[in-house]
Amino acid sequence: MIWDIDIAKRLQHGSASFDLAVAFRSDAARMVLFGPSGAGKTQTLKILAGLVRADRGRVGIAGRTLFCSTTHVNLSPQQRRLAYVFQDYALFPHLTVRQNIAFATRTGWANPPRKLHDASVDHWIETFRLQPVADHHPHQISGGQRQRTALARALMNQPTALLLDEPFAALDKGLRQHLREDLAELQRTLQIPMLMITHDDDDVRALADDVVQLRAGRVATGSTEPAAARA
Amino acid sequence: MHEAWVALALTLKVAGWATALNLVLGVGVGYAMARWRFPGRDLADAVLTLPMVMPPTVLGYYMLVLIGTQGPIGAWLLQHFGIRLIFTWQAAVIAATVVSFPLVFKSARAAFETVDPQLEDAARLLGISEVAVFFRVSLPLAWRGVLAGLLLSFARAMGEFGATLMVAGSIPGKTQTLSIAVYEAVQAGQDDTANVLVAITSLVCVCVLLSAGRLVPGRVAPRN
Repeated sequence: MIWDIDIAKRLQHGSASFDLAVAFRSDAARMVLFGPSGAGKTQTLKILAGLVRADRGRVGIAGRTLFCSTTHVNLSPQQRRLAYVFQDYALFPHLTVRQNIAFATRTGWANPPRKLHDASVDHWIETFRLQPVADHHPHQISGGQRQRTALARALMNQPTALLLDEPFAALDKGLRQHLREDLAELQRTLQIPMLMITHDDDDVRALADDVVQLRAGRVATGSTEPAAARA
Repeated sequence: MHEAWVALALTLKVAGWATALNLVLGVGVGYAMARWRFPGRDLADAVLTLPMVMPPTVLGYYMLVLIGTQGPIGAWLLQHFGIRLIFTWQAAVIAATVVSFPLVFKSARAAFETVDPQLEDAARLLGISEVAVFFRVSLPLAWRGVLAGLLLSFARAMGEFGATLMVAGSIPGKTQTLSIAVYEAVQAGQDDTANVLVAITSLVCVCVLLSAGRLVPGRVAPRN
């Protein structure tokens, strides 16, 4: 089972509280969590990544148990080895594109140098066609280039799965279709399980082997059927 | 003339040490207060800011009570290590550190609060340890604010008078800093010495402000 998720969490916003209870199991390599904003998608993704701790439940991804409240397993975000692409990419503004991508190659207290030469970093820069902007800072490059930088940075760490938070929301409509194809291609090449959250049904059509619909913190019933097989 | 340079050297030594201590203390406490929520956080913030608003003589009195040879810390140091802290330049460093601490703490806290926590999360997900996340993401992005606070605290430590006089006294060549030397010179009617001391102090302050203006803007450009 690639995705073995069953989590519960009470989120407190001042006096209001929101109950998140999401459970699904799937073997789809390309999984999509679909739902309107406010349905708890990003919180679910953060729980999977270990950034937010669930009150109880189980998170298993690609055969590894990352969290289990009954056996007291709770891996730190560092130990989970998941590639995570934030909605606004969260690139480090004080580092160049090359330093951002190389970030995980150094585990010490210092950032990789600007003039770093590392075969795998160069490989990802080429794969994502980022050579012209490799020495630029994130605020100097386009939205599409930022997205590719964020993907390259996340994939450098040899992750066991790729988690994407609305990866196309910050981009032009025209660019989206093109980048969806790129992402599908990337996933086929790397053979890495991918889970994306989105509120855009175009993303579902283009990238979902299986869909889970979220509504007000719950899985909407009757939606865990696998979507049509890959074309 | 000679004693003026001695006072200047001592002042720079005391202010330098105080600033170095505040780099560690102010940045550490500022980061903790910006990131951790705990009951009594507002009270802790108020207590840590007190040295900024309390009269320095009151602070000096508190310190005297604590580190004087009869005080709990002072008695302990004397008994276990034979250290007599009061009326030494080290006591002047403690006074200057306490008085200028809120300036570093306040700017560091504000600077860390502007750092997007999501960037720290991104670094954690890339497998970077918590300490490395601080040194590689949080601190570089907050550095401008921290530096501004440090320069202000250096200037404040240089001008420190009341608390220093209470715990370190005014021993020429040992604990007599510039601002205390000015006071002593005027009291003794030595107008020539006072003029030289005042001129040196003004010059050093202008230099500090000029270097602050050069150092602070454009060091890191956290635009995104």
